[in-house]
Amino acid sequence: MTELTAGTPTVEDIRDEYTAMTRRKKVYGGILLILFVVMMAAGFRTADSRNAGSFFDGWHRILDYPSEVLSEAWEKIAEMPANLVTFFPALVETLNIAAAATLAGTILGTFLALMSTRGMAYWPSLIPLFRRISDVFRAVPEIVIALVLIFILGGGPVPAMIAIAIHTAGALGKLFSEVNENASLKPVEGLQSVGANWSQRMYLGVIPQVGPNYVSYALLRFEINIRASAILGFVGAGGLGYELRNAMSWGQGRYDEAAAIFILLFVTIVVVDQLSGYLRDRLTHGSEKGASA
Amino acid sequence: MSTFATDLTTAELKAEADRLFSRKRVMNFGLPALVLVYLIYVFFAFDVAGLAARANWENGKTLVSDSYSYKTHIERDNRTGEVSAAIEGERKGAYPEGEAPDWVTLGETTVIDLADGHIVRFGPETVTYDIPGYGTVRATPSRSAGVQAELPPGEVPEWINVSKNRLAVTTDAGRLTVTRNRSEVFRYFTGWELFWFTLDSPYYGKSFGELVGLAAKGEAGAIFNDFWTNKMWRHQDVAWAIFETILMAFLGTFGAAMVALPLAFLATRNFNPLKSVRFATRRVFDFVRGVDALIWTVVLARAFGPGPLTGALAILVTDTGTFGKIFSEALENVDQKQIEGVQSTGANAPQRYRFGVIPQVTPILLSQLLYFLESNTRSATVIGAITGGGIGLLLTQAIITQKDWEEVAYYIVLIILMVMLMDWFSGWLRKRLIKGETGKKRKPADPGSKPFLLP
Repeated sequence: MTELTAGTPTVEDIRDEYTAMTRRKKVYGGILLILFVVMMAAGFRTADSRNAGSFFDGWHRILDYPSEVLSEAWEKIAEMPANLVTFFPALVETLNIAAAATLAGTILGTFLALMSTRGMAYWPSLIPLFRRISDVFRAVPEIVIALVLIFILGGGPVPAMIAIAIHTAGALGKLFSEVNENASLKPVEGLQSVGANWSQRMYLGVIPQVGPNYVSYALLRFEINIRASAILGFVGAGGLGYELRNAMSWGQGRYDEAAAIFILLFVTIVVVDQLSGYLRDRLTHGSEKGASA
Repeated sequence: MSTFATDLTTAELKAEADRLFSRKRVMNFGLPALVLVYLIYVFFAFDVAGLAARANWENGKTLVSDSYSYKTHIERDNRTGEVSAAIEGERKGAYPEGEAPDWVTLGETTVIDLADGHIVRFGPETVTYDIPGYGTVRATPSRSAGVQAELPPGEVPEWINVSKNRLAVTTDAGRLTVTRNRSEVFRYFTGWELFWFTLDSPYYGKSFGELVGLAAKGEAGAIFNDFWTNKMWRHQDVAWAIFETILMAFLGTFGAAMVALPLAFLATRNFNPLKSVRFATRRVFDFVRGVDALIWTVVLARAFGPGPLTGALAILVTDTGTFGKIFSEALENVDQKQIEGVQSTGANAPQRYRFGVIPQVTPILLSQLLYFLESNTRSATVIGAITGGGIGLLLTQAIITQKDWEEVAYYIVLIILMVMLMDWFSGWLRKRLIKGETGKKRKPADPGSKPFLLP
């Protein structure tokens, strides 16, 4: 760069500079790579030493538990349909937690997003506040709120629903406000010129523009929330996770039930994944184009 | 969209417009109505009405008040007459024998000043409590006759609870309980007790200025050591737990990326002509993703026991599926021209990949990786709570004991700060590493193009 002002550089100068630059890049890249490898190795060793069992003692036992479960389930294969029916209500509960939480989170997230977008906020001076609220909501892991609420409200689906809804609201609040930034403000101005109030401007001017994207993100969130709701069940919030923990703590003899729960959870996740993937594709690319896998 | 034929009459056009409007009207009311119906169903399915009855608001009140305040117990053993003082009534916070906080005067008659004129006296025989605006409550505990309480004349207020063997007085200033065997006073203070130093540390009660002075004299190491090994708050363990959680996220995310990248090549149309291998790899990705972190955690915990390694591996396995899918989609979208260009200079296969493919996909890969690093910090907290490692374990332990709510509050604050820090860090790194991505760039949001963006 500086040579340009200093005078016309010769071809040799340019070549030297280029080789120096590539060498420098290589050195930096090499240093970064070494640093990364060292961090991975050191991290692995630390994690290994702080773990109850070490990796090298345990890795050949990874398949022991699944095979135990599977073999027992295979022996009692006749009871499998009955087990699947027994745990179906728990699956419905898990799905309900996820769906209700996604619904509540989407509504709250929409509000947070509108409140934190320039040109749409009801109180423009409070935009930073609502952004921070979204950030904090997003940062709280579901389990934190769930555990505290379980202490107050007792076990059951409601604490899990509230916990997931709060996290969802934060996460969607951020994504939605990014969508909002790209929405045109002209319809809003048009509505304002005919005397529409804030809620009318938002409902008629903004939501129709951003609706498909909102629904698409909400569907993605629904997928994630099913997993979260299963996990929260494990700490006492009802649904499949709770049944799974019970079946597991019984240990051998109940593995057929554990297997049934595994199957239900797996199938549900895969089906919802596929379904929401298809729906999202339709929403964002239009129906005629179809899936572009 | 409906197409309009040019030869339609005005009446037909109007009819069509009317139909459109009525359909929209139905949608406008139908959709919210559907949501409402679902919410009503959920209301009953979750038994919300019963929940209100079962909820324990007393628990909630203790939780909230305990999270920002603490109490000091002054306790007298009525048989031996010994008086002891302990913060939160825990041995870790006990005052050495014969010592007490400065609002307690030890002696034959122990005088406890609860501020605002509330004074409790532990006499040799009788316990008295002067309550301003009410009078003096006396209680004489004895082995044979239980607790004999004398109250000022008039009706017994509801904040005093008297029975044959027990007297309990709860005021704003504190709380007095007298039973046959012991008399106990709680005084409440705002704040987190002994956060810096426990009572047995010589640095307890010193001001910040004094500590800086002592540190300058060469006691910095000892001061830090006393803080670091604080038995009440266990700062060392907490720091390790946070580190473990971040370690789980780091190992899991980058480990998954390292496993998924080569596999992703196998799952792409343009790099792998073998359809069966492609199909198999994709199904493997779908399988590990579908099994879910919860089940992987359970399975891996059986093999490796609780700890950060188990959590890291659970994240690694789950994310291998997710990354495999994202990476293979990114790889299918690479520009062949660049690869051909590299090939035309006589590059062999590894060089073609290194200089033709990797530079094209690096920005997508890195930005996804960093998104996941943040999101996995949260997952690591949750997984830690299940498998037993990191800050998630500390949090569940503190909640299960049901009394150290100030510690729960402390951990929650730390977790939120940790996640926000990781969020900020991954955003910063993304900006530094990917030159093209600046704050300004705002393409029309297209969730379909980044289907796994976990926020």
